[in-house]
Amino acid sequence: MSRRPQSEKALSAADAVDKISNGDVMMVGGFGQAGTPLFLLETLAETRTRDLTVISNNLGEQGVGLGRLLLNRQISRAIGSFFTNNPDAVKASNDGEISVELLPQGTLAEAIRAGGAGIPAFYTPTGADTELSRDKEVRAFEGRNYVLERALRADVALIKAGRADELGNLTYDKSARNFNPAMAMAASLVIVEVSEIVPVGHLSPEEIVTPHIFVDHLVESPNADN
Amino acid sequence: MLTIEESRNRILRRAYAELETGSVVNLGVGLPTALANLIDEDRSIHIHSENGILGVGPSPRSAEDSDPALINAGKQPVTLTPGGSFFDSATSFAMIRGGHIDVAVIGALQIDESGILANWLVPGENVLGVGGAMDLVTGAKRVLVVTTHCTKSGAPKIVKECTYPITATRPVDTIITERALFRRTGDGLQLAELGDGFSLESIYDSTDAEFEVSENIPVFA
Repeated sequence: MSRRPQSEKALSAADAVDKISNGDVMMVGGFGQAGTPLFLLETLAETRTRDLTVISNNLGEQGVGLGRLLLNRQISRAIGSFFTNNPDAVKASNDGEISVELLPQGTLAEAIRAGGAGIPAFYTPTGADTELSRDKEVRAFEGRNYVLERALRADVALIKAGRADELGNLTYDKSARNFNPAMAMAASLVIVEVSEIVPVGHLSPEEIVTPHIFVDHLVESPNADN
Repeated sequence: MLTIEESRNRILRRAYAELETGSVVNLGVGLPTALANLIDEDRSIHIHSENGILGVGPSPRSAEDSDPALINAGKQPVTLTPGGSFFDSATSFAMIRGGHIDVAVIGALQIDESGILANWLVPGENVLGVGGAMDLVTGAKRVLVVTTHCTKSGAPKIVKECTYPITATRPVDTIITERALFRRTGDGLQLAELGDGFSLESIYDSTDAEFEVSENIPVFA
């Protein structure tokens, strides 16, 4: 048996979500349930933290993940691309309980990427002259219209990776990568749910997708499906 | 009359025949994702999925073979073909928006007579999302629409002008329904093929858009 890995970044889920404050802007990784930090979200649902602005592709499913936070009325605003699959999200929006900003999925991904890369805004052809760009600045380049989109940043990001080493270097699992690497770069505090923390040197430098400088805290998930 | 299943299968078979060997093809949510089950390995068609996969294979054979970390745009379990790869969402949409996808196969709510697509919002219905549709129609080199010819209540989907919010100002290139295949020629649509069992008259009756008719009209089954 090798020694048990000791990471200065390791925290319990409860201690990690305790760092999230009322009114925070919070990015949450995942596409559907793939790459969604469900253990962190379930732990956050046990707290009284509220008035969160959530940036995430989906708003969970009914009663699951962000869907549970929604039913708890912990979310007041949501920015994302596809919330239709959670009927509770559609209802909360229709009833005025949450305000929603829809972005095309590629604009959402690029806005998060830009936020982490020090780019404040960018022009994209997606959505030009459609309902989603109605109140946005449009500029023509070479005769084609582009929409000015602002970058997104957050106070905290909850993401899910595959394995981490003690430094916080991250690998991902298949299509569970999705929004997680970009979100790791775009938030002031990054909390990562991982299946396992291994000693430094156990991950191949070639398989590390997110270098440790982007990671603040690691939480080992007890969920078997990791 | 075709059953819904027969209509879907006919649309998918005809769409599959439109794809060129070696091409990179994105499959949108809904009917398009089922195309992955028709791909013959010998044709080397590379299926892209917006959530970060190039090389999507068919559905897993059984529930035990499915992996919650390996899903398509419709969140259904899929497999990976040899040579497949995974990447993050920003890279995936750089492929889409940056013109690196040969064909986007996508569903429709309405298509107007100039080829403009509406496929993300029905006003008054419980829809709260756009997903990757706008990026795909804006960025793919070719857009192939697969859809039933009419809505469930029998209303034409190919209309004079979209009454639903449009997906992009870029017109689509090909429309395949169980009844007909249309190609966009210049500013308008041309009926290029008929689905077996449907007359030209029946297409005029079930289509609001004006369209031209090509000289030869092959039939697909």
